[in-house]
Amino acid sequence: MTRDRIPLVLLAIFLVVALAGLWTPPWALFILTIAFAKGLVALGLMLFLRAGLVSFGQALYYCAGAYAAGALGRYLGVSDIFLMMAAGAAVAGLLGFILGFLLAKYRGIFFGLLSLALSMILYGLLVKNEALGSTDGFNIRPSTLFGVRPDLEWLRYLVALSAAAVALGAAALVHRYLGTPLGRLAPAIKDNEIRVEYMGASARHAIHVKYVIAAVLAGIGGALAATTVGHIDPDMAYWTTSGEFIFMAILAGTGSVVAPFAGALIFAVIHTTAYDLSPNTWQMFLGTSLLLLIVFLPEGLWSLFRRRRAG
Amino acid sequence: MVALQAPQGRLMPAILDARGLNKNFGAVTAASDVNAAIEKDSVVGLIGTNGAGKTTFINMITGYLKPDRGAIHYEGRDITRLAPRDITRLGICRSFQIPQLYSSLSVRENMLVALGVVLRNAGLGGFFSRREPLVPGYEAPVEEVAERILERFGLTPYRDRNAQVLPGGVRKLLDIALTMAAKPRVLLLDEPTSGVSAEEKFGIMEMVMKAVKAEGATVLFVEHDMEVVSRFAERVLAFYDGRIIADAAPEAALNDPEVKRYVVGALRA
Repeated sequence: MTRDRIPLVLLAIFLVVALAGLWTPPWALFILTIAFAKGLVALGLMLFLRAGLVSFGQALYYCAGAYAAGALGRYLGVSDIFLMMAAGAAVAGLLGFILGFLLAKYRGIFFGLLSLALSMILYGLLVKNEALGSTDGFNIRPSTLFGVRPDLEWLRYLVALSAAAVALGAAALVHRYLGTPLGRLAPAIKDNEIRVEYMGASARHAIHVKYVIAAVLAGIGGALAATTVGHIDPDMAYWTTSGEFIFMAILAGTGSVVAPFAGALIFAVIHTTAYDLSPNTWQMFLGTSLLLLIVFLPEGLWSLFRRRRAG
Repeated sequence: MVALQAPQGRLMPAILDARGLNKNFGAVTAASDVNAAIEKDSVVGLIGTNGAGKTTFINMITGYLKPDRGAIHYEGRDITRLAPRDITRLGICRSFQIPQLYSSLSVRENMLVALGVVLRNAGLGGFFSRREPLVPGYEAPVEEVAERILERFGLTPYRDRNAQVLPGGVRKLLDIALTMAAKPRVLLLDEPTSGVSAEEKFGIMEMVMKAVKAEGATVLFVEHDMEVVSRFAERVLAFYDGRIIADAAPEAALNDPEVKRYVVGALRA
């Protein structure tokens, strides 16, 4: 039996962030933190992709998590980053649990489009809601950690470190989940749902569980992004945001729980560089990158590692 | 529970009892007042031409189809309206005419998924469970049990091959092996030897029957090859036009004039 290296890889990544982060400029720490936040959403999408499903509406939970964190600060004066992430996870998880009863019945394009429709409903509700800032959204006060507000020069580092701890911890839990019989059902559901049912397992239940996990991950990601950026608005639920998450998930592939974070970081780099070089046509760079990826690496960047190992 | 008269004169309990099953698909009658009590640990062959109602009968027992009228009892419990997975969890498992495999997975991975479901249904293998729970009924870790079952069905040489690229006979065996992983109490095999070469047919049936005898399960198998039926079945149910036209020991059933006319003769033709 081969030794499971993933927990060690995750720990190594955390240590690298902790050490290298001390000398990393704030702008790079910002990009890294956002990559961890969005990587969490892509990690949830990876669970769907393994089961042969694509959600075009994961921004729903990203946005719900962000607004839950924002509301906590705005109405209760709470600014602790961990409490905000917990609030994001709880609200998104509850929403995912309820909507999961509906979504888990659908497969293929129906699953994708229904999830898209739900995210656009949230977008519509937020746009019409004056109390939550309508299209402008609202600002979030700088984060505190365990009741302490660090100096601004340390804040970016500590937020990035917190993001790394939570994101990589979540990845470790997802990795463990993938090794359980329920986690292992994903490719089986993708291949042959009839056989799954005649084995005595419920494909719908398995997908519902994945749906809730993905919602919780997206909620944490949304809360993290909200506290990092310091501002939230309804665009977080817009379909283009969901499109970005799909981009990251496809870019990464489904081979490992580390892959979505690599995908999110590469996406952030492409996005930032393209925007810097060509502010009006940056989408063209993203589109071209995705096209090249689909043509040359249809199973995502992680397949490069697999090929190397197989070689 | 219905009791049946065994050949030796003792009473055998019926593990499965179908009463008055009717099923129509529009104007087509797939089952018309089908009655059958299956005794425990018996091997029953289901014969009939295409469209005679054999697979419909199996589909109704396993919950894929719900009868329009009638009831099915398993060990005295009404299972007529249960979902396929609930029926499977009770111990009634089936294989398919066209093997239903996880085509992107290897033979070994197929078996690991099957055993994972066995663990889950036993309340083991959850997120907070110990890493290597023992598979109930086998009392060994999943990996070890998987190897054992693959060996029993002669699948060890194919363990790392993708299920999609397996030869026909091996696909059939894997389909049956996946079904057997749950240690069924009633095993339904839908044409276990169809699409398999004449030389492989008996080999497959021998292997399956050996595994069944070891586990002690009741078997119902749909078959078109009368030689296979004569050799392996202890009892034959002959179907024609949605009805059971003969229910007897193989020799008597295959020599029944109606069976000769509507089943054996038609299949030869």
